[in-house]
Amino acid sequence: MARAWSLLKGPALPGINTTVNMEDKILLGHGSGGKLSHRLLKEIIFPYFSNPILDKADDAAVFDCKGRLAFTTDSFVVQPLFFPGGDIGKLAVCGTVNDLAVMGAKPLYLTAACIVEEGFEISLLKKLIRSMAQAAKHAGVKIVGGDLKVVEKGSCDGIFINTTGIGLVPPGIKISGNNAKAGDAVIINGNIGEHGAAVMSARNDYKLKTNIKSDCAGLNHLICGILKASNKIHVMRDPTRGGVATTLNEIALQSKAQIQIEEDSLPIPEAVRGICELLGIDPLYMANEGKVLIFCPENESKKVLSAMRNDPLGRNSRIIGRVVKKDNPLVLLRTAIGSTRIMDMLTGEQLPRIC
Amino acid sequence: MKYIDEFRNKEIVKKLATRIKELEPQGINLMEVCGTHTMVIFRSGIKQILPQGLNIISGPGCPVCVTDQMDIDRMLKLAGIKDVIVTSFGDMLRVPGTTSSLEKERAQGCDIRSVYSPLDSLEIARDNRNKEVVFLAVGFETTSPAIASAIADARKNKLDNFSIYPCHKLIPPALETLLKAKELKLDGFICPGHVSSIIGSASYEFVASQHKIPCVISGFEPVDILESVLMLLKQIREKRSTVEIQYKRAVQPQGNILAQELLKTVFTPADARWRGLGTIPQSGLDLNSDFNKFDARERFDLTVKNPSIPKNCLCGQVLRGVRTPAQCGLFAKACTPENPYGPCMVSSEGTCAAWYKYNR
Repeated sequence: MARAWSLLKGPALPGINTTVNMEDKILLGHGSGGKLSHRLLKEIIFPYFSNPILDKADDAAVFDCKGRLAFTTDSFVVQPLFFPGGDIGKLAVCGTVNDLAVMGAKPLYLTAACIVEEGFEISLLKKLIRSMAQAAKHAGVKIVGGDLKVVEKGSCDGIFINTTGIGLVPPGIKISGNNAKAGDAVIINGNIGEHGAAVMSARNDYKLKTNIKSDCAGLNHLICGILKASNKIHVMRDPTRGGVATTLNEIALQSKAQIQIEEDSLPIPEAVRGICELLGIDPLYMANEGKVLIFCPENESKKVLSAMRNDPLGRNSRIIGRVVKKDNPLVLLRTAIGSTRIMDMLTGEQLPRIC
Repeated sequence: MKYIDEFRNKEIVKKLATRIKELEPQGINLMEVCGTHTMVIFRSGIKQILPQGLNIISGPGCPVCVTDQMDIDRMLKLAGIKDVIVTSFGDMLRVPGTTSSLEKERAQGCDIRSVYSPLDSLEIARDNRNKEVVFLAVGFETTSPAIASAIADARKNKLDNFSIYPCHKLIPPALETLLKAKELKLDGFICPGHVSSIIGSASYEFVASQHKIPCVISGFEPVDILESVLMLLKQIREKRSTVEIQYKRAVQPQGNILAQELLKTVFTPADARWRGLGTIPQSGLDLNSDFNKFDARERFDLTVKNPSIPKNCLCGQVLRGVRTPAQCGLFAKACTPENPYGPCMVSSEGTCAAWYKYNR
């Protein structure tokens, strides 16, 4: 994986000491591993991602690690590449950081592999790399390897990014979707549906003007605070594609539990509600990229909520429901008018290429 | 959110539910004929707070669901024609035809695009002048004016690569067919709010005067529905049958005259095939002779083999309200949203979809 980036070390190759022109476009040669690749990596990627492990420029990143590891991967194909509140680069870093963090792991290292379409603007690539570097810095993770391939025009849509991450799970942490217990409180760290709504309005398919920003953010600092406040967290999961409803259904299935959510407690911003009402979409199925659902015993919830509200990403944290009992997997919604109904998993696609 | 929260207010809902209970309805069947009503009733859990003696039945209110199998098969044939871009509201894509669905045909490489408005189809036609762009015109009176407007626009701008597959349906003839069939004892109709905002309340007069069935045109929030139910129960108790408007914030007795005129300019009523109800005279809309060239059926050979419906699929009876989804042997077993046998399980407004999603 790191091989393509291993050209970076050592003296400059002859004939490549000219700089990359930011007005230029990506050519097939930029992914060839030859001189064009070398120059691109040296000038666009390397300066932003530099760290001692990456800088060794070997075929694979080598590092010491003691303890239980969490290991995950995710690919990002969001369209548009830039949307209010984020871009595909930030999303690619935060997405993988969050998948590690919700397992209780401290995210350590990422690799980043980009598939770029021939003709993609180099200035945009630079912008995305910078955004990835910023997100990584904010999360405190290092990008220690990567790859860049170029495909013919039309073979991909601008850029696709894959990130893979490793994190360290501290002793005693046992978080899993299987662990929901009867009586657990279900907590969320804030507004629902903002990422989906932001991407939807940015696409402009519906000619909607909104001020909604994606909630795209790395959650590891918030989660670190939660784990310090309580050692009794049973489940954590980020409700991304398929939204809160689908994630809760996954947990209900894994834990064989019945979960009841209170519609009145759901933090759904006016603008998200507006866009959903207009398009006939349920915000509970809208993607989130900076949200985490937490299951913990009711008597721990006060501590957890207080820790969460101390973090900028958790100011609007609240309990949205409870695990009613261990039984046939089911998610119920107590509606605003006081009835209950099933809240099912998403069927089909609500909106493609949301992350 | 303004104009929504007021109509979902728990206290008002409670008061209305109490007043409905006080009327002690016994063996009362009310039918709604609007897919959006079906979904609101299930999504908000209205049935649970109504007394047992009051039954709300879903009728043929989902335009996708009432589309005949032959029409679905023709749409699929259309999608397979070279250089044709088929545009449609998203709900149609997963509806199973005899052998395939638009979604499956899209995966095979057919150019099928889902749009939110027929005007988006016009744009696609403008951007693809070397292709034929066909809009699948499925819908009731709510959607037909927008489609009429798109066709008028296409003619004005000489967009001769645009056409529609007309599959519109009209609600009043369907009500008449249901009433004449006498399969159900119906005590009142919760009439569709948005359809009525176009056609007005007068269109239902025959239901109230000839068939002596009370009608109330309802809005789409829980308070709207409950108030409409209460209004219907009062009519029943007072042995009246008139057409009343609960959804006054959107519906005028005369309807939307501009939209009606536009419909008259572009369309003419014609016999139409309905799933579950058969052919109903003057219950569809064909293009007027002036606009006939925008009819995809005039441009392409859409002959298809005899369509067939999966054995034991009860969509037709569910649409007439004579069976509930739970009474269908396929429901939630062989037939699920992931593997639908009939349209009622696919459409976001389908009765089976609502039962499956909210009421299993």
